[in-house]
Amino acid sequence: MHIIESGNVAAASGVKLAKVQVIAAYPITPQTPLTEKLSEFVDSGEMDAQYIPVESEHSALAVCIAASSAGTRAFTATSANGLLYMHEQLQWAAGARLPIVMCVVNRGIGAPWTVWNDHQDSISQRDTGWIQLYCCDHQQIIDTVLQAFYLAETVSVPVMVCYDGYILSHTYMPFDIPEQTDVDRFLPPFSPAYALDPKQPANLNTVTLPDVRPDVRGDVAPGYMEIRHNLHMDMRAAITVAADIDRKFEDIFGRGGNPFIEPYRCDDADFVAICLGSLSYHLRDVVDILREEGIPVGVMGLRLYRPFPNQAVRNALSSRKAVIVFEKALSYGNQGALYGDIKSALYTADNRPIVHNYILGLGGREIKTHHLEKALRESCTAPDAIGDTPVWIGLKM
Amino acid sequence: MKPVTKKTTFACRKSHSEPGPGDGGRTGSWRVKRPVIDPEKCIPAKRNKPACFTCWLFCPDGVISRTIPPAIDYEYCKGCEICAEECPAGAITMVDETLFIIEEKQEEK
Repeated sequence: MHIIESGNVAAASGVKLAKVQVIAAYPITPQTPLTEKLSEFVDSGEMDAQYIPVESEHSALAVCIAASSAGTRAFTATSANGLLYMHEQLQWAAGARLPIVMCVVNRGIGAPWTVWNDHQDSISQRDTGWIQLYCCDHQQIIDTVLQAFYLAETVSVPVMVCYDGYILSHTYMPFDIPEQTDVDRFLPPFSPAYALDPKQPANLNTVTLPDVRPDVRGDVAPGYMEIRHNLHMDMRAAITVAADIDRKFEDIFGRGGNPFIEPYRCDDADFVAICLGSLSYHLRDVVDILREEGIPVGVMGLRLYRPFPNQAVRNALSSRKAVIVFEKALSYGNQGALYGDIKSALYTADNRPIVHNYILGLGGREIKTHHLEKALRESCTAPDAIGDTPVWIGLKM
Repeated sequence: MKPVTKKTTFACRKSHSEPGPGDGGRTGSWRVKRPVIDPEKCIPAKRNKPACFTCWLFCPDGVISRTIPPAIDYEYCKGCEICAEECPAGAITMVDETLFIIEEKQEEK
């Protein structure tokens, strides 16, 4: 069924279709309408779930950790400083291998206080052991939420579904809400390997010694490093699993085909812009303008950021003359995080393109098409003139 | 009991384990001082009756038995001294582990 609604409602609709059993969230702009919608669903009986109100984001994720440990499908959502407040619990959820799904409605972080969009919140949680998926429009939000549960529960790693605050969360767009029967066909019920059970007590994530040890039965039990190595290897394996899930999704719903990178006019492009989130759709307009001038340029939206699909990135970019990374976040004192990741993926490529980095839109600074056009044209016409330093777009002072 | 009941491809090395003695490793090796019970002073030992057991009650690692006399499992006792501190009869003294190591080495000779 096609409807016209906000990105937050798209996310909430996905959560409902996924038959989430426990929701715990603390409202924060611009995520608030998502949690409000979910509480409406629960209140009206449309969703058979426990909605647990909490006093903070730290508690919200702690509740989800408990719910997921008990074997239920758990969901939370947050933005900006709320996500930062979860930081300790984020690491815990990943280390405990709990397949929680969380929507991160991307917003800049304070200080100074801001409620507007950029990507610094989720990028700053890059190394917490969560899978990160980014959405470009409302359809991708609802589809990605459904895929996220499947992916999380298959590899036992929690997933963040990230989408731009306001630009996607509060704007209205048409999108298809899948039929429940199709969703049930796509997404199997959550069957945890172990769920809390008083009849079968277990130690969960207790002090784990540096070295391996004999367990109570004398078998070798893993030490901290084995457990963490396993998390890393399962994260790497999640790349293949994400592609499999994308194929299954496409078979049932007819949408998919680009699990890692969504290209636009890239087949013959010497120059490729790449970024996360809705900005890649904005850049499509810019690509169209430059294409009319005969510049062979395209744009790619990166969907899967962690685990980083190095091979797919290398395959997609290594034959280009220049790759232009547009980012709404940066690793302060160095460069954009995505820029660093892309350069690293390209290091072993036979043909290493020039890579540029533009920083823009921080704290909701308006991204004007003509700014993007100017930057991209400069990168395409004189790629050697721009160095290995982030260039800021739209600075006024 | 197998904590991970299902053979799974992923998360096969979660930090789940069966609770029981030794799951935290042989923590006795952490001990610097060894609690030693003097049966001349220990209340249940002296009276030959199930009494007191304050050491058993307070031991945070559950390595003291509720027996006459109480026995300490040195495989896992970390030497925290709580039993010695709490014993109302002053029957538990903390003895430097190095003394036992020296003794063991002499026995080996």
